Amino acid sequence: MTRYSALNLLREAGRLHSGWPEAWSSRDPKTSYDVIIVGGGGHGLATAYYLAKVHKISRIAVLEKGWIGGGNTGRNTTIIRSNYLWDESAHLYDFSLRLYEGLSKDLNFNIMLSQRGVINLAHTENEMREIQRRVNSIRLNGIDSEILTPEEIKHFVPIINLSNKCRYPILGGSIQQRGGVARHDAVAWGFARAASKLGVDIIENCEVEGFLISNGQVHGVNTNRGIIKSNKVGLVVSGHAGVLAERAGFRLPIESKPLQALVSEPLKPFFNVVLMSGKVHVYLSQSDRGELVMGAGTDSYNSYSQNGSFQVIEQMMASSIELFPVLSRLKVMRMWGGIVDVCPDASPIIGFSPLKNLYLNCGWGTGGFKATPGSGYVFAHTIAHEEPHDLAAPFSLKRFSSGALIDEHGAAAVAH
Amino acid sequence: MLLIPCPWCGLRAESEFSSGGEANISRPYVNNDLSDNDWADYLFYRKNPKGWHQEQWHHVKGCRRWFNVERHTVTHEIRKSWPMNSSSDSND
Repeated sequence: MTRYSALNLLREAGRLHSGWPEAWSSRDPKTSYDVIIVGGGGHGLATAYYLAKVHKISRIAVLEKGWIGGGNTGRNTTIIRSNYLWDESAHLYDFSLRLYEGLSKDLNFNIMLSQRGVINLAHTENEMREIQRRVNSIRLNGIDSEILTPEEIKHFVPIINLSNKCRYPILGGSIQQRGGVARHDAVAWGFARAASKLGVDIIENCEVEGFLISNGQVHGVNTNRGIIKSNKVGLVVSGHAGVLAERAGFRLPIESKPLQALVSEPLKPFFNVVLMSGKVHVYLSQSDRGELVMGAGTDSYNSYSQNGSFQVIEQMMASSIELFPVLSRLKVMRMWGGIVDVCPDASPIIGFSPLKNLYLNCGWGTGGFKATPGSGYVFAHTIAHEEPHDLAAPFSLKRFSSGALIDEHGAAAVAH
Repeated sequence: MLLIPCPWCGLRAESEFSSGGEANISRPYVNNDLSDNDWADYLFYRKNPKGWHQEQWHHVKGCRRWFNVERHTVTHEIRKSWPMNSSSDSND
């Protein structure tokens, strides 16, 4: 596989780019593997990559029912941050952010990480106190976070509406300078290419229809491309974790809901941070192409249809106009939905399933993209050593019966 | 936006309602025999079917009454709605 470098770019330019090999090879499944990863999104590919790179496991397959990066990895709003309230989340998400910081070099693939800063706004006195508490807690975990006054926010975002005559005036906020955005497709493609280079079989258009189970142990999967055997199967799916768990004969504390996002027509560059507001409820950033990328909360009902209700989009736009009245004539170019698997405490499930040899990394809800490399790293450790990585241990399925929940609803800097 | 048939008010826009999740959940009798797993099942485990789903809705900006709905989670089609504790509750 050709390394991406300035030298190779020059050489290929000389022969009109005719010699680039495919970034990863899409394989036909073999009959058995050491580890099967179900789900070829960012988290699944990252798991396979770290299994091969860190744990030197050689026979790994990633089964993807559609195509690489076609699910929620390519549907999110690309925000990366680690300003979480609770210790367990802060440690996991900041570990992931640190991996992101070296990821382009590690993968030899430019993921276009832009640490432009993530600002959270406060619109009420209570929210301001909450933000102060959160900033203190985050700093105690060694993660950068600062309080901003309205004037300081204006410095970052000159067109923001600071009027105190609006329904939800801006009283202040916080910023995580290391937060930002990355190109989501590139994260999937980069992990796929790097994993493929280490010998991982990436098998697209391969849907898992059932599991081979005897005596409470999983021995492989039944797919639309035949039976594939393995004594370790990792379930790394979003949107359909509950459906796959049902095929394996157990339930998960997960409900699947649509989460919508949209992009506007392209504008000249006018703000270079990520802005989030839990009160008027929108999060937005400007892409390299000038489009505003916006997201908000999930729809309230369960769904598997990848589209939600229009009033959610309307509320998201109304919120944006509250913050930026100048956007009132902005046109929307595209809107879409993805199905997110939400746990009751808005934290993921990483670790063992009720079946032996079947491991879970799912339920990432509305915020999985920022965790992609960290999630893959700790899950690869969990599968390879058959015991949870220290950072993953609090996120076990057992927490729902032990009561040790990691309640990030509202605590995670934005409502879910 | 969904059009939801309130049993008392007829078809109304989804924005008048709030979703209450899975229908027909009954609180287990709490005594020493109730295991942590059973309690977790009641608190946190919900049906999440890809297909027909019985769920509860609250007409919060209308008559303010709760009722049950059977809705398809892929097509969003609603095939019936009925007041809680009525005979339709036994339908599966």
